Amino acid sequence: MKRILCVVETAYRGTQEEQDDAVLWFSHALKNGGGDVGILLRGNAVNYAVSTQDPAGLVIGKFSIEHPANPNKDLLKMKQAGMPIHVVREDTEERGIAPDSLTQEFELISRRALPGLFAQYDQVWHW
Amino acid sequence: MMAKTLTVCIMEPPYESANSTTSMRIIDAALQKGINVNVFAYEGAVSLTVKDQKPHPNPVHGTSVEEEKHPTTRQLVAGLFELAKEKGVKLDWINCGLCVDERGAGNWIEGPRRGGPGDFHKWVQESNATLVIPTK
Amino acid sequence: MGRYVMIESRDPYESGDVSYFYNLAADLAAAGEQVTLFLVQNGALAARKDAKGDPLGGVLKSRIEVLADSFALRERGIQDSERHPSVKSAEIGDLVDHIMAEDGAKVLWH
Repeated sequence: MKRILCVVETAYRGTQEEQDDAVLWFSHALKNGGGDVGILLRGNAVNYAVSTQDPAGLVIGKFSIEHPANPNKDLLKMKQAGMPIHVVREDTEERGIAPDSLTQEFELISRRALPGLFAQYDQVWHW
Repeated sequence: MMAKTLTVCIMEPPYESANSTTSMRIIDAALQKGINVNVFAYEGAVSLTVKDQKPHPNPVHGTSVEEEKHPTTRQLVAGLFELAKEKGVKLDWINCGLCVDERGAGNWIEGPRRGGPGDFHKWVQESNATLVIPTK
Repeated sequence: MGRYVMIESRDPYESGDVSYFYNLAADLAAAGEQVTLFLVQNGALAARKDAKGDPLGGVLKSRIEVLADSFALRERGIQDSERHPSVKSAEIGDLVDHIMAEDGAKVLWH
């Protein structure tokens, strides 16, 4: 079976209306269907690794968004389901994200190590 | 020799990005070369095939509908299906069902079918190459 | 040795993130992978030889084959004489050929 790495780089795109991050959802669906899928968070998507996110409470007109996406929690579930979750260290540092605010279950990886990570997969989908 | 197969995933809604145009150029080029193509339309891309799309005149240019010949994306996709038929290769186009439902984009042209991530994964495992064209 | 077809659609002056993709291409090449970088859409704007800061300099030093979509060049009025001599003009069909050349290519779009 082809092993797939999904590189996620755009955070919070439509996550209120969709109540999911579309790429994380898709990747998890592939895993649920028997796929072998890993995740690499880079760019502003490294913020998904921050453990204290609170997306709740938006009301637009009369409509309350009841179950907005919590990408951090979704990634934790994906990790628990056996999906490797990698986070580009330098991208967290650029954004001033404190290391102890990151979910510890996710693996920090340096940009220099990306070729080696990519080599572990048959396909690399850059979303 | 058996034809090769390329699987493509697209996400852009119509008329918003050059990604849609380039993705269709790639699909066209592959079909022209006798390559079978699978297209998984995810999120906004499911609106590329909506039958209700209508070309419009251009009041700034002063052209009528007929003069403007405005290409709708459904016409471009229909043209790709015709090309595949002419070349004797397969164009298999799946619109992601949940994405269709939330967008009300279910009235599509002849050719595409409804499906989900499992279909895409099957294609990926069976194809010679896969290209994911995201949105931003 | 793996094979990578990397497609850059964005202008390096519009998005600081494009340098990440160029650097990734160079790192992959340095790791011994075979890398082709194909510029499409506004990514072709980097193909002018007089582009400030020589955005493709690092990539071109890395033995990466850099191709630019001929339609994107034409659409943007980038003449052959303006194009960086190490960036080749190519057809979209050439991109398909690169993707399909052998099974197992990793194809990345940015």
